[in-house]
Amino acid sequence: MLSSPDFTLYGIKLRSRLMLGTSQYPSPAILAEAACASGAEILTVSLRRESARLKEGQDFWRLIRDIGVRILPNTAGCYSVKEAVTTAHMAREVFGTPWVKLEVIGEADTLQPDPFGLVEAARILSADGFQVFPYTTEDLVVAERLIEAGCSVLMPWGAPIGSGKGLNNVFGLRALRAHFPEVPLIVDAGLGLPSHAAAAMELGYDGVLLNTAVAKAGDPVAMARAFGQALEAGRAAFLAGPMESRDMAAPSTPVVGQAVLT
Amino acid sequence: MKLVVNGELQEVPAATLAEAVHSLDLGEAKVATALNGEFVPARARASTPVKDGDRIEILAPRQGG
Repeated sequence: MLSSPDFTLYGIKLRSRLMLGTSQYPSPAILAEAACASGAEILTVSLRRESARLKEGQDFWRLIRDIGVRILPNTAGCYSVKEAVTTAHMAREVFGTPWVKLEVIGEADTLQPDPFGLVEAARILSADGFQVFPYTTEDLVVAERLIEAGCSVLMPWGAPIGSGKGLNNVFGLRALRAHFPEVPLIVDAGLGLPSHAAAAMELGYDGVLLNTAVAKAGDPVAMARAFGQALEAGRAAFLAGPMESRDMAAPSTPVVGQAVLT
Repeated sequence: MKLVVNGELQEVPAATLAEAVHSLDLGEAKVATALNGEFVPARARASTPVKDGDRIEILAPRQGG
């Protein structure tokens, strides 16, 4: 998994390691253009109440369908196992995919996952044929439980959703990568800059999922492209084998042969 | 029939969930439905009766992260 040029999520081979959210763009046209510029092969979507008068969802669906990439529906906003499982079933019918980005939120200020509800919902959905992408923390034990529950992909957060803080716990993310070398790991949420995405890739992560950092940029299309480039650079750097960091300086210019000029 | 559709109490002329979705002009739309918190697949709407006070959720694709 760590050295392959492509990567595979639930049997689907992908080239782009960027998964892009579809929310908060200045306009549908900019969303479509940003999605293309990013090179993302997976877009996340949600389900919300449809107004008989406005039928906003139908217009949105036509836009997404025309972009023509794979869809990953989420269960955003669900705070209970029941809500998340029901939403997943509704999404499977509407979008015609067994994929679900499973969110069971535990806390409103941080939007951090409820790990207990998440594992329970993941078990129920996996047993029912869903292919679950769990939005989780970097906790190793929760990760272990999610895999036991049937998840073949893990999506630990970088930082709270929409915060743009980057990788909040590099140590934890590194430990997770080391602990599960064969499991596709996607950093989901909290990234604000292409350098954050590059850092995730340099740690050996398989991909990133982001939304706000692109949608709320001054120029979302340019930022989408920048993220795509950062992912490629970070991945290439990981494959190239980064040097070990050290606490003290080490001269790069040879000491031997240094003139004595005093 | 008084139904709570997407959180709003409405008078809907319908005996089944399928009729309710049709009468709300969403019969041809890409939507999923739930009745009183339980998912009802599209194929089961016609055989799912509704009664006064039932809560219907009609959901459609929307932007998401």
